[in-house]
Amino acid sequence: MQDDDDVKSKGSGLSRRTFLKASGISLSVPLVMGYRVIKVSGAEVKVYGPGKVPLSLSINGKSYKAEVEPRVTLLEALRNELDITGAKRVCDRATCGACTMIVDGKPVYSCSVLAIDAQGKSITTVEGLMQGETLHPVQQAFIDNDAQQCGFCTPGFVVASKAFLDKNPNPTAEQIQKGLGGNLCRCGTYMGVRAAVAQAAQKGGRRNG
Amino acid sequence: MAEYKWPDADKRTYIGKRISRIDGPQKVSGRAKYSFDINRPGMLFGKIVRSPYAHATVKKIDTSAAEAMPGVKAIHIMAEPGTPTAEVKWAGASVVALAAVDEPTAEDAARAIKVEYEVMPHLVVDNDTKAGDQWTRVANESKQGDPDKGFSEAEVTVEGTYGVSIITHCCLEPHGSVMEWEDEKNVLAHLSTQAVSGSAAQIARPLEIAATNVRVKQDHIGGGFGSKFGPDEWDITAARLSKKSGGKPVKMFNERDSELMVAGARPSHYAKVKIGVKKDGTLTAWESQTWGSGGVGGGGAPPVPYIFNIPNQRKQHTNIINNIGSQRAWRAPNHPQGCALTMTALEDAAAAIGMDPYDFFLKNIELAGQRAPIYTDELKIAADLIGWKNNWHPRGADKTAGPVKRGLGLSIHTWGGLGHPSDCDLTIQPDGSVELKMGTQDLGTGTRTALNIIVADTLGLPLNAVKITIGDSRYPASGGSGGSTTIGGISSSSRRAALDALDQVFAKAAPALDAKPEDLEAVGGSIRVKANPSKSMTWAQACSKLGATPLTVRGKNPGPGKLMDQGVGGAQMADVSVDIETGIVRVNKIVAVQDCGLIIDLKTAESQVYGALIMGVCYALYEEKIMDQKTGRMLNPNMEFYKLAGIGDIGELVVHMMTGKGYDERGVIGLGEPPVVSPGAVISNAVANAIGVRVPTLPLTPDRVLAALEQKGGK
Repeated sequence: MQDDDDVKSKGSGLSRRTFLKASGISLSVPLVMGYRVIKVSGAEVKVYGPGKVPLSLSINGKSYKAEVEPRVTLLEALRNELDITGAKRVCDRATCGACTMIVDGKPVYSCSVLAIDAQGKSITTVEGLMQGETLHPVQQAFIDNDAQQCGFCTPGFVVASKAFLDKNPNPTAEQIQKGLGGNLCRCGTYMGVRAAVAQAAQKGGRRNG
Repeated sequence: MAEYKWPDADKRTYIGKRISRIDGPQKVSGRAKYSFDINRPGMLFGKIVRSPYAHATVKKIDTSAAEAMPGVKAIHIMAEPGTPTAEVKWAGASVVALAAVDEPTAEDAARAIKVEYEVMPHLVVDNDTKAGDQWTRVANESKQGDPDKGFSEAEVTVEGTYGVSIITHCCLEPHGSVMEWEDEKNVLAHLSTQAVSGSAAQIARPLEIAATNVRVKQDHIGGGFGSKFGPDEWDITAARLSKKSGGKPVKMFNERDSELMVAGARPSHYAKVKIGVKKDGTLTAWESQTWGSGGVGGGGAPPVPYIFNIPNQRKQHTNIINNIGSQRAWRAPNHPQGCALTMTALEDAAAAIGMDPYDFFLKNIELAGQRAPIYTDELKIAADLIGWKNNWHPRGADKTAGPVKRGLGLSIHTWGGLGHPSDCDLTIQPDGSVELKMGTQDLGTGTRTALNIIVADTLGLPLNAVKITIGDSRYPASGGSGGSTTIGGISSSSRRAALDALDQVFAKAAPALDAKPEDLEAVGGSIRVKANPSKSMTWAQACSKLGATPLTVRGKNPGPGKLMDQGVGGAQMADVSVDIETGIVRVNKIVAVQDCGLIIDLKTAESQVYGALIMGVCYALYEEKIMDQKTGRMLNPNMEFYKLAGIGDIGELVVHMMTGKGYDERGVIGLGEPPVVSPGAVISNAVANAIGVRVPTLPLTPDRVLAALEQKGGK
């Protein structure tokens, strides 16, 4: 692992240190737990990096540790550092939903959340929906209704559907179509997804967490 | 000797039923590992520096800053100055590749590489047939019958211009691989591919090693649609970077922008069409000038007139060769374009003579050749499902008040099928467990599930008593998944293997049942005497008679018996609403009536058709690879502006599969391509019917709809 101090900021040619100096903001707290705290307009702001910082995440009820650069997204931290690969990187800019995770009860596009910002929050991925070897009702409904072909969008759809049903336990067909409009599929499995979400709603999509 | 045929309808336990895909639990739980998900010990991340210019010569590359970065482990020049590779022919073309310890470092290193280019003239648009010799060439001219006579016999001549824009595959799993040298001679390739068996040799050749030293693995693939046949240059480059870094695995997958720029596209096709028709609907002549582009390699001519073999024809095609990433096969290559160009022109001809296009298609259906009766049946069923006779109105005659106008459209399509060469090994262990190994791949079409159904049904076993193992080039070779040839190939070889294996089990079991092998049958987990089912033994008891050594049988395709066929058709109809103030088209309903011979799994077969309709909605209304002639670049290499339909954009879809007598006995025929052919035509025809004017070019975006309405003059 590289030490924080011997990694230079390589991206912009303007290191964070230079930027801070130029902005006339001074560092007030030494490096603790990967970040500094500085005062900006009277408010305390955490500053991470440059270079790798320690990362601690709570995923599917388990605690994970890694070291990543502050610019690394939640999605990339899981996929590249922790080998949790159910969530997929597709559009990489919050359009397609293939990377959907549930963070503190809300579905998020994990490609657009920094890993360091997800610390201290409860993260649920598609891997966390099963109880032992028992599929979550949403997962079973996806199988029953063949709501998948290649399956690459499926983890995102399953997680988004679970989060949707948590908020809308008895959705209308129209609500399903609006509520899952943030996920895209290329093979064309939407008919199956519509039926799957409707089935899971009837069976109680809220069960098993 | 076994009789190589499919079981009769009353003897099928699983074949033709709705069976859930067997890898469903892996896919819904995130356990399914795609090549993009493979993480190997010590793995490096590859990145490629790409040309920002559509046409240029690489003059100088300075990698020194990247080399100085501690995390950078290997650099490979792909466009070497002073060599023929230095000419880059599209924006996004590979120039330099590198591998680094993590992705951020690889991105930084790519940015630190300096490349000097000499920019050359480019063409990236595909609508300029006068661009000059460098860019355009007349690919072919052809004539059938006597076109002049055909047009002189016509009572009405209808002319129009039509187009189908260039689109990309937009596979959700990008193209790429994880490549590693396991030792000095052997390469392990986790590749995202539609051709597991065929890729090993293609990887070996440029690396100058024996194909036997390359192992290709892939459990799941996140979409291919025709764009993932061989390994790509970036996959070979990943292997070179792995070698340069001492064999460390290198993960190299396209980012979304490069995926949309360089990893394949469906060629555009445009046409000026003239149709001669009599007032009773008889087609007398077809004339077309078509053009289009598939990138630097050009593209083929569209198959026009599609299906309707009009007696007198004159055709010319001009190929535009432009500076965009090359075309690749896209689900039913050239058929969606040929279909849209033809069926929209024919619908315009029907409108010109004031005829219902349904009657017009049926009037001319004999021009479809031997499949005319099936198209007739399919059109009738589709018409019933969409309520054609009640809901159709003459073009533009929707008298509903307000800006939203509704219309209906129709089309028919065809595809080949047959089956690719396929080998498999079926092993039966003395404990009765069964495994089938095949070097095929499951694109999400349900290949694993189909194999499971066939073997279980043949051996009289439950589905979960059979293990299906695919996705490794070390297994018996099976063809690439393209052209709807997979199901024909893999169903035939696995059925033969299972029948042959069963023969051997019968031979071992027969003496104990005091019967001849040919008098036995395998039903419900037992081997029994056909004429006296009470004389039976369990499957496991029968297999125990194999002795200590498992039985392995090789199944092949081609082989004895007729298990597959070719030639399918389908009819589709669409019901759309168009807001003539905003130009927004909404699909209300599409019905698809499709034949495909004997269906192995009705559930996944229907999914194929639903999926094809949805892909069709995408290219009919949303998708377009938009190229900017000024900069030479693609303007929308992302998923905000390269638009796919969402779950609320597809209306109601109805699928009707033609099964049973007349279809089942043909054997298995592939289904992936045909239903994706017609949606562009049916939606365009429905829009024309709704608003009273043809919107000539797909996708039917609001600006194009409004432009067509404006040209009509608000009538």
